Amino acid sequence: MATNLADLAKKEITLTGGHRLCAGCGASIVVRQILAASDAPVVAGVSTGCLEVATTIFPYSAWANPLIHNAFENVAATISGAETAFQALKQQGKIDKEMKFIAFGGDGGTYDIGLQSLSGAMERGHDMVYVCYDNGAYMNTGIQRSSATPLGAETTTSPAGTKVPGKPRHRKDLTGIIAAHNVAYAAQASPSHWRDMVVKAQKALTIKGPAFLNVIAPCPRGWRARPEETIDLARLAVDTAYWPLYEVDDGVWKITYTPRERKPVSEWLKRQGRFRHLFKEENEHILDELQKDVDRNWERLQKMQSLSE
Amino acid sequence: MTERKEADRCQSTVISPNATWRELPRGGLILHGGNAREYETGDWRSNRPIYDSEQCVQCRLCWVYCPDSAVEVNEDGEVVGFNYKHCKGCGICAAECPSDGAIEMVPEEE
Repeated sequence: MATNLADLAKKEITLTGGHRLCAGCGASIVVRQILAASDAPVVAGVSTGCLEVATTIFPYSAWANPLIHNAFENVAATISGAETAFQALKQQGKIDKEMKFIAFGGDGGTYDIGLQSLSGAMERGHDMVYVCYDNGAYMNTGIQRSSATPLGAETTTSPAGTKVPGKPRHRKDLTGIIAAHNVAYAAQASPSHWRDMVVKAQKALTIKGPAFLNVIAPCPRGWRARPEETIDLARLAVDTAYWPLYEVDDGVWKITYTPRERKPVSEWLKRQGRFRHLFKEENEHILDELQKDVDRNWERLQKMQSLSE
Repeated sequence: MTERKEADRCQSTVISPNATWRELPRGGLILHGGNAREYETGDWRSNRPIYDSEQCVQCRLCWVYCPDSAVEVNEDGEVVGFNYKHCKGCGICAAECPSDGAIEMVPEEE
């Protein structure tokens, strides 16, 4: 399987141009990289969210592969059903092609609304890949906080003002939650590290059984950043270890990229308008808390890795 | 309704905005996947990337980082320029390009 750009660029990517995601959107970069990783035809599902809404505005569709949208909460159930039907037809000898089943959901449709359907699909052991593009809020409906929104981030439902300094809670560790399902493969990736992402997607697609990829997808609108900074912000999230790149391959934890020098998380925060208020004197403790949380997670990951060795 | 009639109704890959409900596919289906290619998002653009093949080192980073599939490649996967029908002018390609001057963003009015 191709993991260099010279070969990948020869492939026909089945997410076309002409979709109406914002200029500089991270979600479509993520989807394109995942689709580039597959050698077999793909059947995709999308949960309700930016990706679904902006790529399927009637009478247009930006998907040149079979696509199912059902509802906000059930893309995992929908794709697991399609995969089961495929297995049944295969068993009956009515189909002999190979195809891959991928569900795409945003953090709202994955961390919050679709969590039980995702948990069910992962536990049932379907041969599918679930990809969460995590932009850290309900961006499609106007930037409401989700359980993926980082501590202190300003959203329309966690506004920063004199009483509340942005979101009062930490985000939840979804990759950890899915790894606890003992799935065949779970990993965290970033579009800035495209080769790491393509390799992880290829593993997820090749391994028999359920696989999960959690991918950071910067959102210029919601993060209050310039569109051309999308990839750089994803890279900085990795270099500060806010978004560590790791995988859990059949129970073995492995950090797949270690930043040469881990940058302070404030480097990443100060580039985004949603964290602007954190740099006021009275909110310094939130910056400290965020850094502590990143340090804690990074140490935990290293321990998980050494336990797996 | 037979399948044949369904196909007859939708000869173009995009349904006309003037179509009546009788002319729409059943269930509001979009029968031609990928027909968003025919939709122009290039008119959103305020800055335009200009490609200089002389300076390009063919790393294809612009291709892998473009959110809009607007970096055009030839059969050999070599970058040849931009699809201005789809390019929204986000500028990621120019920001990530390792070669000085291979991609330059210029205001649309110039």
